[in-house]
Amino acid sequence: MHDAFFYIFAILTVFCAVMVVANPVSRSPITSAMFLVLTITCMAALFVQLHAFFLAAVQILVYAGAVMVLFLFVIMLLDLKEEERRRIKAVSAGLGTLAVGSILFLIIKSTLQFGQAGAIPPHTEGSTASLGKLLFSNYVLPFEILSLLLLVAMVGVILLSKKDLK
Amino acid sequence: MKPVGLEHYLVVSGLLFCLGLWGVIVRRNLLIIYMSLELMLNAANLALVAFSRFNNKLDGQVMVFFVITVAAAEVAVGLALIVALYRKKQSAHVEDLTTMKS
Repeated sequence: MHDAFFYIFAILTVFCAVMVVANPVSRSPITSAMFLVLTITCMAALFVQLHAFFLAAVQILVYAGAVMVLFLFVIMLLDLKEEERRRIKAVSAGLGTLAVGSILFLIIKSTLQFGQAGAIPPHTEGSTASLGKLLFSNYVLPFEILSLLLLVAMVGVILLSKKDLK
Repeated sequence: MKPVGLEHYLVVSGLLFCLGLWGVIVRRNLLIIYMSLELMLNAANLALVAFSRFNNKLDGQVMVFFVITVAAAEVAVGLALIVALYRKKQSAHVEDLTTMKS
């Protein structure tokens, strides 16, 4: 049962990811964004399979909720109708596919080489309580630095989107 | 069929990462390149969560939490840059952005 769920969601994730970058029907960024939302949701399902419940919730809230809405707003602002008609150069597409294919081959080969390393069923639970305890004991300093980073990003974005930079 | 283990998740993660990389290399629309970057970050997240699960440690999940937060900040800044570029050039296409080329 568990395995069947994994295969369903893994295939769905990869299919939606293919549709994000190489949609044969439509070249518009909006379809890509919608398929990216689907990819992220399916990946949250994979997180649930890995017992990372808090991260699955954060994935949907932050990625599918906040980040993708930001993407859709920008796509709406930019009005990219004429971009759809441009063609991809065959040479660059071929070379890119070759390079990425060889990297993929190496990743999968090295992954399969170490065999059934994690066959023992583990019992880590990524619940909110245990993750929060770890976050506020061992990782307090990175957490605080992260809050500073968010502040800096916020100020930077406001400065960047001003009409004329002085 | 083998029971689902660490390597299954790693293969999915590798596939997603390579799809993202392909998108960054081949696609020419800035927004789609940005979405492909998000795909690569998500693939790394999946690998981290899988490793954390199969090594019985939660540290990987804390790392993923940090990655998600940094990605949110990065998207905000990057999209602001894209909008600023679009205001100047009226295009979100990488082949139109050749100001630095001589």
